[in-house]
Order: sequence, then structure tokens, then C-alpha cells
Amino acid sequence: MTDTVKGAAPAGEPILQVRNLVKHFPLTRGIVFQKQVGAVKAVDGISFDLHRGETLGIVGESGCGKSTVAKLLMNLERATSGEVFYKGEDITRLSGRALKAVRRNIQMVFQDPYTSLNPRMTVGDIIGEPFDIHPEVAPKGDRRKRVQELLDVVGLNPEYVNRYPHQFSGGQRQRIGIARGLALNPEIIICDEPVSALDVSVQAQVVNLMEKLQDEFGLSYIFIAHDLSIVRHISDRVGVMYLGRMAEIGTDAEIYEHPTHPYTQALLSAVPVPDPQAREQRAAGADSGAAAGRGRIILSGDVPSPADPPSGCRFRTRCWKAQDRCAQEQPLLAVPEVFRGSGTPAEHESACHFAEERATAEAA
Amino acid sequence: MTATDTMAGAPAPATATAPLLEVRDLHVEFHTRDGVARAVNGVNYSVNAGETLAVLGESGSGKSVTAQAIMGILDMPPGRIPQGEILFQGQDMLKMSAEARRKIRGRKIAMIFQDALSSLNPVLSVGYQLGEMFRVHQGLSRKAAKARSIELMDRVRIPGARARVNDYPHQFSGGMRQRIMIAMALALEPDLIIADEPTTALDVTVQAQVMDLLAELQRESTMGLILITHDLGVVADVADKIAVMYAGRIVENAPVHEIYRQPAHPYTKGLLQSIPRVDRKGQELYAIKGLPPNLLHVPAGCAFNPRCPMAQDVCRTDVPPLHTVGAGRGSACHFWKETLGD
Ligand SMILES: Nc1ncnc2c1ncn2[C@@H]1O[C@H](COP(=O)(O)OP(=O)(O)OP(=O)(O)O)[C@@H](O)[C@H]1O
Ligand SMILES: Nc1ncnc2c1ncn2[C@@H]1O[C@H](COP(=O)(O)OP(=O)(O)OP(=O)(O)O)[C@@H](O)[C@H]1O
Ligand code: SF4
Ligand code: SF4
Ligand SMILES: [Mg+2]
Ligand SMILES: [Mg+2]
Repeated sequence: MTDTVKGAAPAGEPILQVRNLVKHFPLTRGIVFQKQVGAVKAVDGISFDLHRGETLGIVGESGCGKSTVAKLLMNLERATSGEVFYKGEDITRLSGRALKAVRRNIQMVFQDPYTSLNPRMTVGDIIGEPFDIHPEVAPKGDRRKRVQELLDVVGLNPEYVNRYPHQFSGGQRQRIGIARGLALNPEIIICDEPVSALDVSVQAQVVNLMEKLQDEFGLSYIFIAHDLSIVRHISDRVGVMYLGRMAEIGTDAEIYEHPTHPYTQALLSAVPVPDPQAREQRAAGADSGAAAGRGRIILSGDVPSPADPPSGCRFRTRCWKAQDRCAQEQPLLAVPEVFRGSGTPAEHESACHFAEERATAEAA
Repeated sequence: MTATDTMAGAPAPATATAPLLEVRDLHVEFHTRDGVARAVNGVNYSVNAGETLAVLGESGSGKSVTAQAIMGILDMPPGRIPQGEILFQGQDMLKMSAEARRKIRGRKIAMIFQDALSSLNPVLSVGYQLGEMFRVHQGLSRKAAKARSIELMDRVRIPGARARVNDYPHQFSGGMRQRIMIAMALALEPDLIIADEPTTALDVTVQAQVMDLLAELQRESTMGLILITHDLGVVADVADKIAVMYAGRIVENAPVHEIYRQPAHPYTKGLLQSIPRVDRKGQELYAIKGLPPNLLHVPAGCAFNPRCPMAQDVCRTDVPPLHTVGAGRGSACHFWKETLGD
């Protein structure tokens, strides 16, 4: 398979190295004398690398900590502990001028094209705003021209500089957000659900644009989304998060075709496939329950609260394979012993004591 | 438009008992400050007992407004229904008295909304809100109503229903609240349920739980289901037939298998092509060009013509009627044959 080969050789050296990143939001009680009564463990020990020129997709269900990871990488939230190395330097400890210099190279595109743009600013001011903070990138006299170039790059008419956000459609607003993200010639763009709010017919336009810009400018992307098929399309590698931790990470083919973590397997099986024939195939394998070779895995129960996560493996309250060991011992994100050195696509990092492959419907 | 064209989407004569619900040539317009927005422009669709009809289309295409017209919960004004019929078990609901319609609502036709948190009353317990259905509509006692509520919560798999019946909406997760909404819709055993994006706000694994539940409940009864969604995956998973909307019209309708195999309208075809496919990784995604139409300025002729790769002069002048494509299949495209062909 061609994409296995492509994924096996990461595009470049690591540009971002995330190590044991933790963010706990304190839960307080009392108004005058605030007392900490606990913490929301939004991100609880996450490690991964981002390589130059690659796209790392991050998937996982609502509240698992994806946006918090994005904000930590942007230094919009202070990490409780852990490190983020950008070109070898830990940026979680930076402040002042050093932080400002790093920020120029890591930009973000937000989910909601309707609320992330200031309605009272013209498009020209919105895209040019980063220049106020980093005037060295575009001297005053050059700004208008630079903004118009950026509009052109993202496929918007450069004559629109004086329009306001409400005069644009959702897809156009997302292009404005991307133009703004590109303004300072960053190396990394973190995209938090960049197409989720868009109509299906418009999503493809924005995804194509992002891929084109990546080729043109050699950008590295972290692409957060809950649409698994779009993540697969755009990503070289994919990380699956559950309740503040990384459950599994690997190339797109490893994760989508050879997942070894039960949560990834359940997640993939739950995605409705736009093909009525898959429904019959699935029905054939479904009723024999979660342990069936294929068919849909319907998880029971809800995601536990991140303020009071289960001991050991975070997924154990919904996992059909859970044993005593899962409650006692936290499974680490590593290549499971059974697959180590096997040279198969199952040889990738998975945080499960009992990692194993499950025949997928595709394989059948 | 000729009579046969209008009927193209109706069930084939072989299954010819009267449909449970039939919408005929429905028009809805909104009078706004900026002009008249024609949100629904001659919609035709039908659903039989025991059948699931999926209504698909992008944001603003009129899916919810059509559903609101069926339920009789449109804001009027600014809304207006200048034309059309909504036949429920053979009777035109638009001609009924307000009283007669109220009797149908909840009892015979129930609706599940997208946003469960805002459709449940935050200051009343879930059990009270479920029980109210039985007290008001069936005159049950408080105690009997509570017992029925617990039964219903069990039926939609709320764990520990007996213990949780007095909890408030915010104490439940999103998926559980959506199941409570389903319980409420099921309470009076309606003949038809309209579910407006019932899982859009939910996570995939929870969405699978909820869709699975709906399908199972439907299997146990002869209930008809209208499922409004823009997720092509959900449609393929549960629907018997599909109606695709664009700019307030049905542009294509068909049994679910046929539409995926061979779409007869360029818009449907474009949507299906823009789904990322594993074997096309690394290539550009197919993208429908341009933007969804502004309802205040719907293009003349076929509303899809500025975005359509097959558009000809006739498309810019003549509104395409819903042509019969096959048994129970219709396409509102002048060039449906060519679309099917390639
Ligand atoms: N400022 C904050 N204070 C307290 N808790 C927070 C804060 N920000 C996020 N959280 C909590 O941290 C957890 C992770 O939130 P986060 O927004 O990162 O999730 P997410 O994966 O992005 O979810 P979604 O898919 O819904 O966007 C959630 O339980 C959230 O409620
Ligand atoms: N009360 C109202 N007043 C004015 N316009 C309205 C009103 N309700 C709906 N509309 C308009 O009617 C059109 C159709 O809306 P509708 O809610 O049916 O779309 P939809 O297909 O359900 O979209 P979505 O997928 O976003 O839910 C929209 O342009 C909307 O702005
Ligand atoms: S470690 Fe145990 S509970 Fe966790 S995913 Fe693996 S089998 Fe399931
Ligand atoms: S009628 Fe013309 S513009 Fe409309 S969908 Fe058919 S070919 Fe395209
Ligand atoms: Mg988020
Ligand atoms: Mg709607």
C-alpha cells in the first residue's frame, strides 16, 4: 500500500516535541476564600512529535482535551507540567521577547468562522493585525499590499479588504482565518476543527486549500477534528485521544486499518459509512457483540468526568476487554511487546495492556 | 409541472396503500426586512408506516422549515404557507382546525430536536417532564405517570432509571439527554416521528448508541420516521429512501441503494464525490465550486446552475420539474439522463 510507505518515512526532522504535557484546571469552591477542591485533568501526560512538513491529525471525542493541547502548544494556556520543545527549546517556560519570537512561527486557525473574527474590524485589519505585534515582517507602507497578497493566496478577491466578516460566507470566513494564520510566515499551523462548522460541499474547498498551502510554503500542520474521514485524507500520522491521554498514534494506515487499541477500534466502527452496502456487511457481524471480529462496536456508558477519571487505564469503564490489571496499572503509550520488531503495521504506539488487532470490515 | 412529474417521488404503485404522511407542493416563505425569503419552494415527499425517509441537504436548504410546517410549529408571521398540502393519514392538516392539529401533535406525530439541552426545561426534573405527557394527554395519576416515565427511561437505556427519574436535565450527559428526548417523543406511541439532526451535536460513539436505539425502537413498531440530516454516512446507515433538498426544493429522491450507486442529480453526485476516499489519498478532494445560494436571490432557472458542471443555457432560464427516473425515483434536473449515464 503506497500510503504506508509514505507514512513510514516522516517528512523531516522533528520540529515540535511534546513531552508529558499536563494541564489541570483547578476546581474551586467558595467566593472570598477560594479553596481548591479538585482539578479537571484536561490533559494528563501527552507526548508526541511533529515533523517538518507533515500533518499530524488529532482525533477524539468532545472534552478529551484536544483544544487544550492546541492552546498549550500556542502558549495560550500555561502548562501545569511537561515540555514542548520547538527546535530543541522548551517553549512552555518562555516569556517576553523570547515567547513573542516563537509565537511568530506557530499560528492557529480556529473552529468557528462565525465567532473567531472580530465583527467590527475590516478583513484587511483582521489579516493585518499580526503585523502590529511583529512589524518587522511587514513595514507599515507594505501592509496593504501584503494583506491583498494573502487574500489572493487563499482564493479571495483582494478587493475585499475593506469588507466586514458578516459579508462573507462560512467557507470564506474560514479562508480569512487561514490568511491571518499565514500572515507571519509561520512554520507550524495548529488547526482546531477548521472545517467542522462548514457545509459538506464547502469543506472540500477549504481542505484542498490547506493542502495546497502546505506544499507551497512547507508548513507543518496539527489538524484537530472529529470527522475521521477528513483527518485520514489530510494526515500523515494520526493520534487518538481519550480523556486527556493519547490512546494510540501511528501513520494513517496503521491507525485506520490496523488499530490495536480498543477505543480506536470502537471509534472507527461507530463512524457511519456513506455506503449502504457496508450496512449489510456490518449487520452480518454486529449482533455477536463487541468482541465480534467485525461489525459495529456499540460502547456502553458515557465518557467519565475528567475531574474524576478512572484509575489505571482511562478507557477501562467502557472497555469490553478490561481486566483487573487495567484498573491497577496505567498502560503506557509504547509499541506493545507482542508487536515489537514484527515489521507489521500493528507495530505502532498503543496504550493498552492487551493490544491486539481486530479484523476490520474492510479486511473481510 | 404535470401531474406525473409531481408524483415522481411517490411510492411505486406496488406498495400503493396511502402513505402515512405526504407533503405535496409545499411552499413556505418568510417576510423579512430585506425581502421575501422563499425557504421552501414546492416540496414533495412521502413516508409510509414502518419506513425511514432521510431528508438531506446543506444548511439553509429548508429541511427544518418543512418539518416545522408538518408539525404546525412554524413562526407565522413572519412565516407563511401560500400553497401546498400536508396529508397525514389522508387528511390535509393545513385545512384542519387548530384544535384538531393540537390533538395530532405529540400524540400521532412527535418531533426530536437537534439540541436536547435547550428543548428540555432546565428547572423541571426529567421525570416530571416525561410524566407530564401522560398526565396531560392520558389523564394518568401522578404515581402512574411516574411509573410510566421510569419504564420509558428504561426503554431508552438510561442506566438506573428508577434512581435518576428525579434528576434535572443538566445532570445528564448530552447523549443521555438526547435519549430522554427520544423517550419523550415515544411516550404516546406516535405513528410518525420527525427527528431533526438528532445526533449532530453528539460524539460518534454516542451517536452510534442513539441511532442504534432509534432503529431498534422502529423495528419493534410500524412507526414512520423522517430523519433530517446532512451526514451522508448516517443516511446510508439507516434510511430506506432519501429526499435531497437544495434551495427549498427536492432535487432528487430515491431508494437509498440507488442514489449512492447512481445519483441522478449533479448536486447529489457532487456531494457523494466530495467524500474523502482512502484510495484517493494524496489527491485533491472533489469540491463543488461556489457557494450555497442566498434565498433572497435564488438564481433563475435551476437554483444549482451557478455551481453545476453540466449547466447549459436552458438551466439558467427554465426551472427543471421533478422528472421520473424510475420506480419511486425522481430528479429535478434537465439533464438527469446524462447525469445517470456517466
Ligand atoms: N478554562 C477551563 N477551566 C476548566 N475546565 C476547562 C477549561 N478549558 C477546558 N476545560 C475542560 O477540559 C476538558 C477538555 O476540554 P477541551 O476543550 O480541550 O476538549 P476538546 O477535546 O477540545 O473537546 P471538543 O471536541 O468538544 O472541542 C473538558 O472537560 C473541559 O470542560
Ligand atoms: N423564523 C424565520 N424567519 C425568517 N427566516 C427563517 C425563519 N426560519 C427559517 N428561516 C430561513 O429559512 C431558510 C431555511 O431554513 P431551515 O432552518 O429550514 O434550514 P435547514 O435546511 O434546516 O438548515 P440547517 O441544516 O442549517 O438546519 C433559511 O434561510 C432560514 O434563514
Ligand atoms: S488497558 Fe485494559 S481497559 Fe485499557 S484499553 Fe487495554 S484492555 Fe481496555
Ligand atoms: S438542471 Fe442544469 S444546472 Fe440544474 S442540476 Fe441539471 S444540469 Fe445542473
Ligand atoms: Mg475543542
Ligand atoms: Mg435545520
